Amino acid sequence: MKIKSNYLMWAAALLPLLLFVFPLWKITLEAPQYPTPLGMYIHINDFTDANPHDIKNINLMNHYVGMKYIPDAIPEFKVFPAGIIITTIIGLLIAFKANYKWYLYWGILMILLSTAGLYDFYLWEHDYGHDLDPKAIMKFTNPDGSVMGFQPPLFGSKDILNFTAHSYPQPGAYALGLGIALAFVAFFFGKKEKS
Amino acid sequence: MVMSCNTGADKSNGALSSSAAEKVYVAPGEHDEFYAFISGGFSGQLSVYGLPSGRLFKVIPVFSQDAEKAWGYNEETKPMLNTSYGFVPWDDSHHPDISQTNGEVDGRYVFINGNNTPRIAKIDLSVFETTEIIEIPNSAGNHSSAFVTENTEYVVAGTRFSVPIPQRDISIKDYKGNFKGTLSFISVDPEDGGMDLSFQVLMPGFDYDLAHPGRGASHGWMFFSTYNSEEASTLMEVNASQNDKDFIAAINWKKAEEYIASGQFETMPANYAHNVYSDETHTATSTMKKEVRVLDASKLPGLAYLLPTPKSPHGCDVDPTGEYIVGNGKLSADLTVHSFTKMIAAIENENFEGEAYGIPILKFEDVLAGTVNQAGLGPLHTEFDADGNGYTTFFISSEVVKWKVGTWEVLDRAPCYYSVGHLMIPGGNSRKPYGKYVVAMNKITKDRYLPTGPEVTQSAQLYDISGDKMELLLDFPTVGEPHYAAGIAADKVIGRSRKIFELSENKHEYATTSDADVKVERNGKEVHVYMTTIRSHFNPDNIEGIKVGDKVYFHVTNLEQDYDVPHGISMIGANTSELLIMPGQTETFVWEPKQVGVWPFYCTDFCSALHQEMQGYVRVSPANSSLDLSWSLGED
Repeated sequence: MKIKSNYLMWAAALLPLLLFVFPLWKITLEAPQYPTPLGMYIHINDFTDANPHDIKNINLMNHYVGMKYIPDAIPEFKVFPAGIIITTIIGLLIAFKANYKWYLYWGILMILLSTAGLYDFYLWEHDYGHDLDPKAIMKFTNPDGSVMGFQPPLFGSKDILNFTAHSYPQPGAYALGLGIALAFVAFFFGKKEKS
Repeated sequence: MVMSCNTGADKSNGALSSSAAEKVYVAPGEHDEFYAFISGGFSGQLSVYGLPSGRLFKVIPVFSQDAEKAWGYNEETKPMLNTSYGFVPWDDSHHPDISQTNGEVDGRYVFINGNNTPRIAKIDLSVFETTEIIEIPNSAGNHSSAFVTENTEYVVAGTRFSVPIPQRDISIKDYKGNFKGTLSFISVDPEDGGMDLSFQVLMPGFDYDLAHPGRGASHGWMFFSTYNSEEASTLMEVNASQNDKDFIAAINWKKAEEYIASGQFETMPANYAHNVYSDETHTATSTMKKEVRVLDASKLPGLAYLLPTPKSPHGCDVDPTGEYIVGNGKLSADLTVHSFTKMIAAIENENFEGEAYGIPILKFEDVLAGTVNQAGLGPLHTEFDADGNGYTTFFISSEVVKWKVGTWEVLDRAPCYYSVGHLMIPGGNSRKPYGKYVVAMNKITKDRYLPTGPEVTQSAQLYDISGDKMELLLDFPTVGEPHYAAGIAADKVIGRSRKIFELSENKHEYATTSDADVKVERNGKEVHVYMTTIRSHFNPDNIEGIKVGDKVYFHVTNLEQDYDVPHGISMIGANTSELLIMPGQTETFVWEPKQVGVWPFYCTDFCSALHQEMQGYVRVSPANSSLDLSWSLGED
């Protein structure tokens, strides 16, 4: 069976659209008092509760150490969806019209944009975990005397006071990753078709 | 030889006691297999236990005020205790029964009777709270209650005392023929569970003691034990014990429905309260109902029959098949078991011994299925397992006796400590008992526990009945005097148990569902505080402009939406209880300040690490002060 590279590129371009269906990331907070852990899904356009009222309850926990409330909306909720739609349109145009080499350029573009997105996420997390209210009810310091931050991990698990925080990608992120990978595969097949 | 003998005995004792301990041991964090809902008797409440551990989980306030939960103290629940006699803060709760579907307990509701001021309450097992109470008119000593038919068509409530109906000023000596009893059928809406007093059956002036529904073939019938067929009205212990036989009254409620449908009822004027609590408004309403439909059993053929039953029967119990109706003749050593099939045959043959006030009396021999002979002294109540065995309590000989349904032979007996009343097998009043345990509820404990002065604890005892021989596993104390109880497999209940009330669904008239809506309003001398709570503060927490002589309503909404985070509130000197407010709920207490000054309030339920900071102040100025109302949170 012969796989046509432009079909693969069609799929690669369309897969990131699943980000509008599935969440991108999930942060879970475990503690003995929460037999059902608190959790928050990060979508490209929204924060949602893993279980009803989780974000409200995360905010309630976090206010003790002076962390800001998780906002209802952030600018990224407008920028990210626009980015996905634009890059999908570009990807589809490439699949429809362009030379296989463009599959590679689209894949590289997506990697750069995704990395920028992750970095943006890291900056937000850092600010969220470190920009604490000076009137915080409870102030904690690290062994070296510096003010303790409460930044959740970008990826992986981490103990923060009585909580264990987990931060892992969700099906939306996998769809994006798969789309990028497919673009490279399409490039590979396209190269073979030419030769 | 001696040595080895001793060792052997020690070993067997050790093995035996450890096996009993293991059977009731529920490890930390593990759950019990069954819920047991045990009546509180003169406490007026219903307590919730786990079996087999015997651990107490909750005391659900039903008929008595409960300051811990503000039941009957806060403005929302005061209407629940309203009656035609006004606010009644107490009752005597006796016989819980769980709602049924197709003859099996379904875990939706528990019904229980108030004995003294006749009422039936419904506890909703999604919240474990009393959500409905209906008063029973033309009744006194609401004892043969609250028993549920096999699809929860009705909750049935019979009167213990016969009284003049309607009530009137006559001599007590004129009891005979003038006093009547009523048996009330309260319908339960299959959708929302709403109760309605559908009709009452007017009966002769006996005492109606206990009841159980028919099931299977006998579905559509309700059986009531009676005593005082002598119709005595004084020195009852002697005068009501003269007849060799009293009766079990069999009521054909399907026939009653036909009479209702064909309009052959009398509508009697009445006055009774119907109190309904809503989990949306978090508020109860009390409505006075003004009439009741009455069917006169003396005039309507086929509605009631009397089955002669020896010696003032107390418990009236029906086996899981619905064929056998047990009369526990409390002044006898024998149990009388009637056959439903034989009863129907005797009715069809119109083979009557006589009649009482127009109600046919069947012949004892015609309806008798068998007798459990000389089983003990003073039989009171019978429950059944799933294998065709009956278990009967004997009050005087203080024991539970196991016997075989059909052969009527005694199989086993186990002592109770002491003077057992009711007993309960989970699912016992249904087609499908879970025959693993029986709980015996005792009237006297004497020396069974550490002494606590003249009044000692009430008690229940748990027996393993899974083997041929009953085995006593556990004594555990109960709240108030336990009468009947009802048990159900936990997995039929836990799925429906709510964790919080959704704030977005709060329809309380004075709810404050966001901090933006917090306010204090004056209307003459009435002040309404719209307050919120969330970890760990009240909003507002400073209020000024209250004056001596004001009547201050604190409407407090708990903004939490997390499981098991209630907040409480109490005000210094308030002539009422605290509030205990579940997440998403609104409750109200009233405070009438009497002295000028600055008075604190605080959270009474340890809610968080900053619970001790959860407090506030109200400034009270003289009655003639011109200080305007002001309120704040976090303003220096």
